[in-house]
Amino acid sequence: MGPMQVPAHFEYERATSVDHALALLAKWGSEARVVAGGHSLIPMMKLRLARPEALVDINDLEELAYVRLDGDVLAVGAMTRHADLLASPLVGEHYPIFHDAERVIADPVVRNRGTVGGSLCQADPSEDLSAAFAAVDAAAVVRGPDGVRRVPVREFHTGPYETVVAPGELLVEVVVPVRPGGGSAYEKVERRVGDWAVAAAGAAVWLAGDTIADAGIGLTAVGAAHFHAPAAEEFLRGSAATDSVLVEAGRIAAERCEPVADQRGPADYKKHLAGELTVRALRRAVARARGVA
Amino acid sequence: MQITVTVNGDEHTADVEPRLLLVHFLRDKLGLTGTHWGCDTSNCGVCVVWLDGTPVKSCTVLAVMADGHTVRTVEGLADGAALDPVQEGFVRCHGLQCGFCTPGMMMTARWLLDHNPDPSEDEIREAISGQSCRCTGYENIVRSVRWAASRGTEVSAS
Repeated sequence: MGPMQVPAHFEYERATSVDHALALLAKWGSEARVVAGGHSLIPMMKLRLARPEALVDINDLEELAYVRLDGDVLAVGAMTRHADLLASPLVGEHYPIFHDAERVIADPVVRNRGTVGGSLCQADPSEDLSAAFAAVDAAAVVRGPDGVRRVPVREFHTGPYETVVAPGELLVEVVVPVRPGGGSAYEKVERRVGDWAVAAAGAAVWLAGDTIADAGIGLTAVGAAHFHAPAAEEFLRGSAATDSVLVEAGRIAAERCEPVADQRGPADYKKHLAGELTVRALRRAVARARGVA
Repeated sequence: MQITVTVNGDEHTADVEPRLLLVHFLRDKLGLTGTHWGCDTSNCGVCVVWLDGTPVKSCTVLAVMADGHTVRTVEGLADGAALDPVQEGFVRCHGLQCGFCTPGMMMTARWLLDHNPDPSEDEIREAISGQSCRCTGYENIVRSVRWAASRGTEVSAS
């Protein structure tokens, strides 16, 4: 047998409820990591890029696996598997951006295991749902020993692999208000099926007639702070939903991001993609808002 | 720590380190070497097994995560001497050459047919898109799954 990649030693704790998970996280403090699908964390542990003393397994928390409409708010439980987000008709009806994104996240077998909460908390700078949730201006619901707090997804990530979730806290839900007149879409370029993005863009628009009443743009893998393109959004608000306006928004989004060259491509190519994919996502989002796509 | 996992209908109890991966538990502790161990990075898909009825890549699941849960491996596909239609399809349509990817391919194919008894070629290709085959170019794998689908829906759910 060849060399196995296995994680370093750690203690394993399995949570049986959210309260139990919080108690376990309080017990282990900053030495603990929460494990959900594990498809980012376990590979990182094999490579010693992560070396927690304890893993708190929340896979049994069925109470956090749901997609539902609470009044006019789409609520997605943190333990919702990628496959279940992709299969959800509610998501398809109100925010097709998530179906677009899920179709290009990893592969179907990985999507059976990976979770929405895990994706956000892993905070990989090339992660897709982070950009999609930033585009629609979702909020993360975080529980801790002192209660519940809500953090806009646009403030959730504090850097590569870093979030506002403190030791002892648990992301339990992501919520997005559903507003009339909206359309959304996600566009990604990858080197091969199932890969991380070379670049990707998500867009959400809300139309009032032919005017863009509100817009959201999320970017991933291109060095956009908080996966977000606020200047392009600002430009779109109150503008006519014409193609030249969408193209200009793409230009602004590309101008403000700062991709770095890596094995997935040079920086100027990624910058070009950031603009082009923003435009394509906006076009599709506008068409969906008009009910023609 | 002590874990109990139901594998192909049989309960197995064993003492394992928390860091033991499910693929190694199956192969080394239980001797179920039908599940293969490949890239170790959840890319290649040769280690696909079912966990609670859903295909997962067992190199990225800890054995302790399966404690109290059910696993189905390729050894659990046949019913005694009677092959699952998916296995028969791989035999008849030459769905394998070296055979390294085959167990994972067949576990995903069985799951696909349980949920979609008459999948199109595109749906089959999508379902196995997280699994690599370096021999067949996938053509005969797709034919094998189609053969199993056309063979009918005597589905073996366990």
